[in-house]
Amino acid sequence: MVKLTMYTGGLFLGFGLALAGATKPEIVLSFLRLEDMGLILVIGVALLVTLMVYQIVPRLLSKPPFGESFDGHDGFPVTSRTIVGAILFGIGWGISGICPATSLAAVGTGNWPLFYAIAGMFIGTLIYGTIRSKQPPTHK
Amino acid sequence: MLETFFPLGVTNYALGGLLVGIGIAIPFIATGLVVGVSSFYTTAWSYVHKGWFFQTNWYLQSRGWKWFLVGGIISGGLVYLLLYGPAATTAVPWWQLLAGGILVGIGTRMSGGCTSGHGICGIASLEKVSLVATLTFLTTAIVVALLTSKIFVW
Repeated sequence: MVKLTMYTGGLFLGFGLALAGATKPEIVLSFLRLEDMGLILVIGVALLVTLMVYQIVPRLLSKPPFGESFDGHDGFPVTSRTIVGAILFGIGWGISGICPATSLAAVGTGNWPLFYAIAGMFIGTLIYGTIRSKQPPTHK
Repeated sequence: MLETFFPLGVTNYALGGLLVGIGIAIPFIATGLVVGVSSFYTTAWSYVHKGWFFQTNWYLQSRGWKWFLVGGIISGGLVYLLLYGPAATTAVPWWQLLAGGILVGIGTRMSGGCTSGHGICGIASLEKVSLVATLTFLTTAIVVALLTSKIFVW
């Protein structure tokens, strides 16, 4: 059941991103260059829906029908890694207009060059994870 | 006024955002799980890389369903293709996509989330770290995109 709901959620996510044009780096870049504010509308509406669901549903249901508890506020601290990581992500986003979810939806729509972005994200994840794994563990 | 800020209109953007919100809401209401997409790339490496970073509980526990989430996202794109026909492939050069992807891969792992994980789910969970990360990557991306628009074709 968890797998089915994840697949269904993914379907809505992928279709929504494609409909919004977020699967096209040109649309994302035109937002980041402040030429078309559309993407802020996509994020804004999605954030509003998610905010309501995250804050209201756990107050109505004692536990999810197919899970043990609702994931809530973790309270992870802000560290230098938060900032440096977000800056690196921002540079990458700013030169390419791609992000982890939109690239996956994009190849579904037949926007093949986004496979370069997906390959890049696999490489970047491997680079960071390999370097971090050489340092002492900070969490389990 | 509206045309100045939204030359392509607002309908598809708002509707797309609504569907994205529903896509995040469905797994949460049913299973209580918060979905971020960038961690999929780490989960995938966890099968072959034995370093502790890839073997943390979260990446191992989410192995079972991450593939279904990603399969759903790709299928959602495919449904769009079937309904609306093939869109033009991107004109952004391959090296920009690859280099951007590498930086996005490093940055999202370092800061612990991406547009969906920090920008939508994290802020909706009222996480301070997500608000800080989102404001940082959004501001950086806008500055970089404005600067590079003078140099890059796209």
